[in-house]
Amino acid sequence: MHRFANPARFLKIANAVLPWAAGLSAVCFAAGLYLGLIASPPDYQQGDTVRIMYIHVPAAWMSMFTYSTMALAAAAALVWKHPLAEVYAKAAAPLGAGFTALCLLTGSLWGAPMWGTWWVWDARLTSVLVLFFLYLGYMALVDAFDDPARGAKAGNILLLVGAVNVPIIKFSVEWWNTLHQPASVFRLGGPTIAASMLWPLLLLALAFQSYFVAVVILRIRAGLAARRVQTLRLGQTG
Amino acid sequence: MDGFLSMGGYAAYVWSSYGAAALILVGLLVLSLSGLRRVERTLATLEAAKPRRKREPKATAPTGTPAAETAP
Repeated sequence: MHRFANPARFLKIANAVLPWAAGLSAVCFAAGLYLGLIASPPDYQQGDTVRIMYIHVPAAWMSMFTYSTMALAAAAALVWKHPLAEVYAKAAAPLGAGFTALCLLTGSLWGAPMWGTWWVWDARLTSVLVLFFLYLGYMALVDAFDDPARGAKAGNILLLVGAVNVPIIKFSVEWWNTLHQPASVFRLGGPTIAASMLWPLLLLALAFQSYFVAVVILRIRAGLAARRVQTLRLGQTG
Repeated sequence: MDGFLSMGGYAAYVWSSYGAAALILVGLLVLSLSGLRRVERTLATLEAAKPRRKREPKATAPTGTPAAETAP
């Protein structure tokens, strides 16, 4: 992994990956939206509200994936003083916050007609709300110091401490028997969703994932350029 | 087409969800792109100003190390 730690080498690879990720995302969004909105049937119990799942579940997966990778990056930054890891965590945070906000919003929009409530303090819902606040807290903290290095370090510690929330989110539906349903895709014994609904879900999940890769590369490029600007400005005044 | 738009009576919930997704994903993409453009413009301006300053130390201490690798 350390071979990709060099920002110049990383940028070379990232720039090669970028058009493929963007293209894959566009194709998967087009196919996923067609299958999800037009070709797939309404659910026999939930009617057309089941189509909210094709947005809600990928957003939820991405909210946890993004946080997990940020926590790993935080560990790498604290242990090996890896400069790219801090840039990655900072670049990914607004995307993770966006996915989490989308998950919470669509969850409410799905809950209102199907559960009869926009919000309950269910274990799953509450732990995802905590995840959203962790993202916001991290973004506020890294920018709260005059010295960016100190801000990044404080942010990394917050990310590591907050990582305990990720398994809580994942297993909340099994540990506490409250309103949110348990997993139906990643479970022992295989998915319990009909193929006509699993395909749009997986395609949109791939679309979200490749969207994330493409946009996070843009944001890392901006982060590396910002560091360079900072170094040049320090050189001018010093 | 009418049934597609009405989503079996759940149009408000379904279309709001897809609208929120479009708003958040496109919004983050636009913000990220404009942020990248802005910082790359600043960097170009600074680097255009830099060589005049760099020439003097180069004559005395030719390090040959690109600045990118010494950057934190």
